[in-house]
Amino acid sequence: MVQALKYLSETASQTAGPYVHIGLSPGAAGFDIYRQELGHDICGPNAKGERIRVTGVIIDGTGAPIKDAMLEVWQANADGVYAHPGGGGPVEDGFRGWGRVITDFETGEWTFESVKPGNTAGSAGTPQAPHLNLWIVARGINVGLNTRMYFADEAEANTIDPVLNLIEWESRRATLIADRDVLGDLPTYRFDIRLQGDNETVFFDV
Amino acid sequence: MTKPGEFYPRNRDIHPVSLSPGYKSSVTRSPRLALVSLQSTISEQTGPVFGADDIDAGDNDLLTNYAAPGQSPIGERIILHGHVLDENVRPVPNTLVEIWQANAGGRYRHKKDTYLAPIDPNFGGCGRTLTDENGYFFFRTVMPGAYPWRNHANNWRPAHIHVSIFGSGFAQRLITQCYFEGDPLIPLCPIVQTIPDQNAIEQLVARLDLNATIPLDSVAYKFDIILRGRRSTLFENRPEGN
Repeated sequence: MVQALKYLSETASQTAGPYVHIGLSPGAAGFDIYRQELGHDICGPNAKGERIRVTGVIIDGTGAPIKDAMLEVWQANADGVYAHPGGGGPVEDGFRGWGRVITDFETGEWTFESVKPGNTAGSAGTPQAPHLNLWIVARGINVGLNTRMYFADEAEANTIDPVLNLIEWESRRATLIADRDVLGDLPTYRFDIRLQGDNETVFFDV
Repeated sequence: MTKPGEFYPRNRDIHPVSLSPGYKSSVTRSPRLALVSLQSTISEQTGPVFGADDIDAGDNDLLTNYAAPGQSPIGERIILHGHVLDENVRPVPNTLVEIWQANAGGRYRHKKDTYLAPIDPNFGGCGRTLTDENGYFFFRTVMPGAYPWRNHANNWRPAHIHVSIFGSGFAQRLITQCYFEGDPLIPLCPIVQTIPDQNAIEQLVARLDLNATIPLDSVAYKFDIILRGRRSTLFENRPEGN
């Protein structure tokens, strides 16, 4: 016999199911209950940096957009600081860096507005290129999926990003890089997420 | 002075298998390629912080948060309470816990739910709270009903409450479902059975807690939630310390 290690075991994940909106976005489910729903305002009115829009669809293995998913984003501010005690410093008043959006019931499109983040600290001294951390749940997704979105106009930073370089297959790195569209009232990045098939998005075990 | 450190790698053996053909929706919605393992960075070690201004005191009381004044929802009145801890058995204070559920008849208040059981006019079906300094949380609600769903033609979901938890870093983000002790539908449920580990399933089953019951009012169930543990860095010159 040896001594026991007194660790607990993480609670298992279960799918968010088709009605995730009731708990996390009740207005979308069709009713008004809270003084304010959380996650609608990612960066607040005082955020520095370039205002951007990010949009896309989440595509299943048949090629169809998923219409009952929820996506959360976690990002640094324009200085590369996260709004967290260990985030690297102060952030602008009202900057949270976190948001949640649902996919449209008819089209599957999701969209949010924010600011473009800066470089963030890397573990081994190499900075991480600007990126958005994304977490996706839906009916049929048993454990929430972690991925990242990088910016196509940050090619130089992307080339040395330590996480992109962890991906063995160079062709797969492109699944994490969103193209910038100069049309419209805001710079818009398109990030389609493919759960399976050609160009399956890279998902991380973080 | 401690600062947050790396998370212990997630033990995927206690989580559901992504591609679980018994749960048909997972077939087209599970990645086919392996996840790329990532040593956590500042992006995963940090996560959103919530405060008392974000929510209201009554948001955790589903018996009243949607009911007309003086009325309450139909169903068995229950308390769902527990602690949010990490794998190091440390409390996770001040973290956001959000829940949602069907009403006592097994019907969700959702524009896409068409089950023939009726909507309860006094029941919304969602609640949220922050854990206290000891990681403790509680909700008042009604016992949700079982309901049928289109997977195999005669599948029924056991009574369950969906639970969403943040923790202190985005890598701890978790959504799960809480089941209830003694429900014969638990072992028959294809969603429960996506989890290959029996101990992990039992950890999702809330236990009757008579000591926390309010006599002549509500019966209590205890549901503790465990989030991933992390190394703590005690000194800057001991980056591997714990």
